[in-house]
Amino acid sequence: MNPGVAATLEPDAEAVIRIRDLAFRWSPRGPVVLALDALDVAAGERVFIEGPSGSGKSTLLSLLAGVARPAGGELRVLGQALGDLNGPQRDRFRADQVGYIFQMFNLIPYLSVVENVVLPARFSAGRRARALARSGTLGAEALRLLTDLDLADADLLHRPVTDLSVGQQQRVAAARALFGAPGLLIADEPTSALDADRREAFVRLLFEECRQARSTLVFVSHDAALEPLFDRTIRLAEVNGAGRRGG
Amino acid sequence: MAILGLAWKSLRNRRFTAALTLASIALSVALLVGVERVRTETRASFANTISGTDLIVGARSGAVQLLLYAVFRIGSPTNNLSWQSLQDIAAHPKVAWVVPLSLGDSHRGFRVLGTSAEFFQRYRYARGRGLTFAQGGPFVDLYDAVLGSQVAQKLGYRLGDAIVVAHGAGDVAFARHDDKPFRVAGILAPTGTPVDRTVHVSLEAIEAIHIDWQGGAQVPGHTISAQAARSMELTPKAVTAALVGLRSKVATFQVQRFVNDYSAEPLTAILPGVALAELWGLVGVAEGALLVVSACVVVVGLFGMLTALLTGLNERRRELAILRSVGAGPAQVFALIMGEAAFLTLLGVALGLGLLYLALALGRPLVEAHWGIHLGIGGLSGHEVALLGVVSLAGCLIGAVPAYRAYRLSLADGLSPRV
Repeated sequence: MNPGVAATLEPDAEAVIRIRDLAFRWSPRGPVVLALDALDVAAGERVFIEGPSGSGKSTLLSLLAGVARPAGGELRVLGQALGDLNGPQRDRFRADQVGYIFQMFNLIPYLSVVENVVLPARFSAGRRARALARSGTLGAEALRLLTDLDLADADLLHRPVTDLSVGQQQRVAAARALFGAPGLLIADEPTSALDADRREAFVRLLFEECRQARSTLVFVSHDAALEPLFDRTIRLAEVNGAGRRGG
Repeated sequence: MAILGLAWKSLRNRRFTAALTLASIALSVALLVGVERVRTETRASFANTISGTDLIVGARSGAVQLLLYAVFRIGSPTNNLSWQSLQDIAAHPKVAWVVPLSLGDSHRGFRVLGTSAEFFQRYRYARGRGLTFAQGGPFVDLYDAVLGSQVAQKLGYRLGDAIVVAHGAGDVAFARHDDKPFRVAGILAPTGTPVDRTVHVSLEAIEAIHIDWQGGAQVPGHTISAQAARSMELTPKAVTAALVGLRSKVATFQVQRFVNDYSAEPLTAILPGVALAELWGLVGVAEGALLVVSACVVVVGLFGMLTALLTGLNERRRELAILRSVGAGPAQVFALIMGEAAFLTLLGVALGLGLLYLALALGRPLVEAHWGIHLGIGGLSGHEVALLGVVSLAGCLIGAVPAYRAYRLSLADGLSPRV
């Protein structure tokens, strides 16, 4: 047997994401918008997901984050079958295990930079405990992450988050997503609002932090220039059966 | 709960709109509780217009009518009470004291009451408070007058001023007792009762100024001077009504029956407390309406909060998505908005109470001086606490509307808000 095929078929304790015959539709009678036969992401892997709009990227991310629930098939994230969990359980799973970076406007305007970074600790005892274990206090862990992301300027920390530049906001968002070392980091086109010359630097910072936190990175982007930096690329339009059948 | 901390910070961030909402709730709550308190105190003050008097006796009539003319100096009696009957009542073994009241004259719009000097000791109001003199003292000379506080204040009288009493309730030149002027001997402190609007003179003085009058006019060519009147017999033949004090309250109904069954003359004896309650039933409708209106103002204040929270929601869909992304469930999104509404309501209630007590502390001396209504500044009454509870509950219920909408929005939007 081909060892590469075996690696994807054997139940793998190391797999962070394991998808088998996954189907998703927005309403019970609606069309299937996402159909994936098999997709595995190993622990620590950095995966680049590419696809035109409508190829099911947002749907896939919603499923991985536990916001949406699969209609059929198997979806395991960090060993947990998300299809078996109800809404509040999936919310708790996301709080504990998933860091999420939006395309832009990531920050809560009424919280300070540090408060934004430690926000996950309000919703997850696990991430709070991991942050405390690493740095002693939540604030210290936030500062450690912000320092790593080149943001620990005293003046910057005390400014309202709405005054930060887009690049600074995205780095604060990265610090928040990585806070408490979640097992999976999802980044939804986080560099599209950045200048071209800042994008690669941002991605490299993200890599470094993911490596330290032992987080697996799922990175969605249109930006083909970033693709070579990643371990692997998934072209969603090609693997999404719903897209093929529909198209 | 972690989400309440966020609710608080979110409110602080929107300080300006939150402060406006807070102000409208606080003002409406202050108004509501203020009205409730004034209402309660007014009722208490009304019920306390006269106390310490066990019975009021007058000619046969209705209880409210007797109360109106004997205590409130409103309207006029249908008949008088003869001096002989009064003596008989005073002689009843259960009767401790009798204070006769003689009405019929006026001074520049204020009623003149002829009574005995005992009136100033016996008349009690507001749970047993007695009359006190701001200046001077009770009448000593035949032509001495004691003014209620409002009479002195409105007409600008001071001790020693001369005043002329007019015959009847009107004041026309030909019906003045200007041949027998009075001297102001005392001015009473404010009481918030009709005493404030009364000119008090002695019963004998009423007799003296009418000694040369017949059928409502002075008899021409037959005048008797003020001095000459002093030496004449001044015991009245009849009075308008009388306040009666008993040796024991137990005898109240016994003496009332004695008066009502008095055979020489048709008389009525009433219990002031009962008659006051009956009268309040007539005039107290307005105060209920006032409370309803102020309750409506609170509802308007809470609707202001509803509007502010609902209009803010659309701009906050991004914020809700961020909260979802870090693990907040739709229930926590509901709790966030609900928490904001609860903070606004509870803070508004607390602030409103603060405002009310401030207003009470500042306005109390004025209210007491002008209307004689004593506003208590003590703790909240059970009824007031209940009112505040209802307001808080209503605020939270109203908060559930935007909270539910946020819940629906965050369920539909998930991580990709449509903004």
